[in-house]
Amino acid sequence: MPTAVNTATYAAVPIGTVPTTLTINGETRTRAIEPWTTLLDLLREGEDLIGTKKGCDHGQCGACTVLIDERRINSCLKLAVTLDGADITTIEGLGQPGDLHPLQSAFCNHDAFQCGYCTPGQICSAQGLINEGKAKTRDEVRELMSGNLCRCGAYSNIVDAVLDVIGEQA
Amino acid sequence: MATAAKIGIGSAINRVDGVEKVTGTARYAAEHPVENLLYGYIVEAAIAKGRIVSIDEEAARAVPGVVEVITHLNRPHVAWTDHSYQDELKIPGSPFRPLYDDRIQFSQQPIALVMAETFEAARYAASLVEVAYEAEAHNTDFEVAVGEKYVPKKKRSGYMAPKDRGDAAQAFADAPLKVSGDYRLPPEHHNPMEMFGSTVEWHDDGSITVHDKTQGSQVVQGYLASVFGFSKKKVRVLNPYVGGAFGSGLRPQHQVFLAVLAAKMLERSVRVTMTRNQMFSHAYRPQAIQSIALGAETTGKLTAIRNEATTSTSRYEDNMENVVTWGLMNYDCPNADAEYTVAQVDTATSADMRAPGAATGMTLFEIAIDEMAYEAKVDPLEFRLINYSPIDAMNGTPYTSKALREAFQEGAEAFGWSKRSAEARSMRDGKELVGWGCATGMWDAQFSKTSASAKLTANGHLEVACATSDIGTGSYTVMTLVAADTLGLPPEQITAKLGDSDLPTAPVEGGSWGAASSGAAVQLACQAVGKKLLKAAGKIAGAPLGEATIDDVLFEDGCIVLKDAPTVRVPFGDAMRAADLTQIEEEETAAPGFGDMWKGMHKSKNTHSAIFAEVKVDEELGVIRVTRIVDAVAAGRIINPKTARSQILGGVVMGMGMALHEETFPDHRLGRWMNHNFGEYHVPVHADIHDIQVIFVDEPDPEVTPLGVKGLGEIGIVGTAAAIANAIYHATGKRVRSLPITIDKILD
Repeated sequence: MPTAVNTATYAAVPIGTVPTTLTINGETRTRAIEPWTTLLDLLREGEDLIGTKKGCDHGQCGACTVLIDERRINSCLKLAVTLDGADITTIEGLGQPGDLHPLQSAFCNHDAFQCGYCTPGQICSAQGLINEGKAKTRDEVRELMSGNLCRCGAYSNIVDAVLDVIGEQA
Repeated sequence: MATAAKIGIGSAINRVDGVEKVTGTARYAAEHPVENLLYGYIVEAAIAKGRIVSIDEEAARAVPGVVEVITHLNRPHVAWTDHSYQDELKIPGSPFRPLYDDRIQFSQQPIALVMAETFEAARYAASLVEVAYEAEAHNTDFEVAVGEKYVPKKKRSGYMAPKDRGDAAQAFADAPLKVSGDYRLPPEHHNPMEMFGSTVEWHDDGSITVHDKTQGSQVVQGYLASVFGFSKKKVRVLNPYVGGAFGSGLRPQHQVFLAVLAAKMLERSVRVTMTRNQMFSHAYRPQAIQSIALGAETTGKLTAIRNEATTSTSRYEDNMENVVTWGLMNYDCPNADAEYTVAQVDTATSADMRAPGAATGMTLFEIAIDEMAYEAKVDPLEFRLINYSPIDAMNGTPYTSKALREAFQEGAEAFGWSKRSAEARSMRDGKELVGWGCATGMWDAQFSKTSASAKLTANGHLEVACATSDIGTGSYTVMTLVAADTLGLPPEQITAKLGDSDLPTAPVEGGSWGAASSGAAVQLACQAVGKKLLKAAGKIAGAPLGEATIDDVLFEDGCIVLKDAPTVRVPFGDAMRAADLTQIEEEETAAPGFGDMWKGMHKSKNTHSAIFAEVKVDEELGVIRVTRIVDAVAAGRIINPKTARSQILGGVVMGMGMALHEETFPDHRLGRWMNHNFGEYHVPVHADIHDIQVIFVDEPDPEVTPLGVKGLGEIGIVGTAAAIANAIYHATGKRVRSLPITIDKILD
């Protein structure tokens, strides 16, 4: 059961906003953000950057993975107001139709998705993995991509796609 | 006939909706931007059974931004007959009605909807809604419920009652070799990655556009119209992208009901999305107990099959599956009997989940078959060949095709089965025990009446459309390939449209009938366009095609071509200009019995598979790794080998979940699922997946469906968990009869 904490007083107080400056996909914007808004909800509901997906809102599925200052992170676990000055890259910033990122092309060519819902998170996570420079082998990619769930079971195709791109860059 | 470059049925092409998916430009149900949108957050019942005594909304209403708290006390009028809530699945009983009255039928039942200007305000306010209940005694323990199992009077459509043969009781009593036991499958939740969500656009004229997560836009349209009293014309439902469903979206789910209820009440546009936790409030694969008794001669020839199963349903609907029929159909055995019953628990009604019935009943049966093979000291693959039935052994009918023998041969060869040593615990790799197991998979090859349209414009662009869904199955690509094949156009010149209740009628997408049915409808519509083209070409001065009929021509590279004189080619544009046509649009319906299908009318129609699994088990820690799977599938004609392979991979991966991970645990004191999140409901992850090889066995079958397609959505999961369980026995000598096979069961 949900419990009501300080119901009488807290509930009646408007939550207020905090001015926050974020660079998203190269574009710097300042927004008045309520402190309880996650980066994920800000992107999806506030900025209409719906490529970042909500699969659990608990940091358990990886669908909301974005890159903050080149590092992959679950955007559902980050309150947006804590990111003042951060540089955020979402799937929309990696590539667009007609100008695909190598990972996006590789995912298409390897059929590394079915329903497509986990896909932006998988791709952002893979880019983070490449940035980290740790994964070279299939086993390492599998281990270090395990935070990104795919219920359609496209895992082996995803690893093939990621290895393709790692191989090109190696 | 076709040139080498022609792309059509059988071509392995990239998914045509791929670019949208990899760039995040594909919009799913909860992702459509709407002005002045209100957000709804669901409040769920905290008890499993009883009634609501009071709801204190005061604190919730005081949260800035909150617009309304909707409960059974203040909701607008909704339909009151059960009939109005029935959907295409027609499950006998009294369908659940959200916010209808004060009754609580299951824990996590939606009991209020908080509407606010922001998602966060709605979520917070929902936490402030205080509900007082009067609880009644509940039971969520299926093992207790089976004491009151029963055969439902009214059967669900599609239910096949098992047919007994011979005298199985006597044959089992007389059998020199016997295996018998109870086999169990726990509740499993579908958990598609996209959570159930709906965005309802409210229009000033009182009509609504609903973006919904569903496997059938027209099912939801019909449901909303009948429940809320809309004219169908005023309800348009769209689902062009669906983030997985696996059966959970076959019936309209309660978030769409709630979103439309709120939109109607407030005359505003509304979005309601379930949380991952709330995703456990509805559909789940029924829990099952299957009692299997097998008798055999010492040679390994089966003499008796006794197969009884009970699955869980709710108090208010009888959800039935075909659980016990598969083993009786698949094995040559003179004596067989079976019984299927359901038992009620205080949960939401169980639901179809990928290969409903077969994933349960065939999988558990295939573990028992493995046990009998060991009892008879016969290789498990050889055992299956000794008892191979070329016909449907339960119904006594031939199959339109059954290339299971070929699947066994090709799969075994790819796997290296001949190198297997027979004894359990006889293979090892360092610290790990190695086991090899096999199993059979089986599913229905179904076909459902479906319409499609095809529109060719003079610039050579073709649009094909059908109200089917693509839940990750590849429907867009299948429709494109069939159209490309029929009219000889490259895929780049073809647009496939689906996921819209305005489009030509299609059934809900499920049961693996999608490709066969919408594919056939698209082919018919394109053929009709082809006939119109030929007629138009007759207007060309000099009539280059002469008196040619449709049988005398083919369509290639955007031209009508004379079969007997391939140098005579009429571009589509020339024909259309001659007849003064700017476009040709045709709609056709493919119904059962079409083409050569009538020849298969009284035959059994099934897909089959042979699955081979290798496991490695750490003897000290009990950790199991599935290191190799070969799945050889006999599923008729394959339209796109690339997406087809992915569908099987996906089924196999979900089968691995069934074998090793997936289980939803109820807390029987609270009558509530405990592990309702991805942290505790375990599904396979990257690290679990090693080498999976998919083989499609050649199986031409013009009688099964017009295109010879049997469907692939389900067959990949059926039997996979059995192959793994059987491999675990081979590795460890430990026979586990309840899935999933977790470490504790290995070390026990």
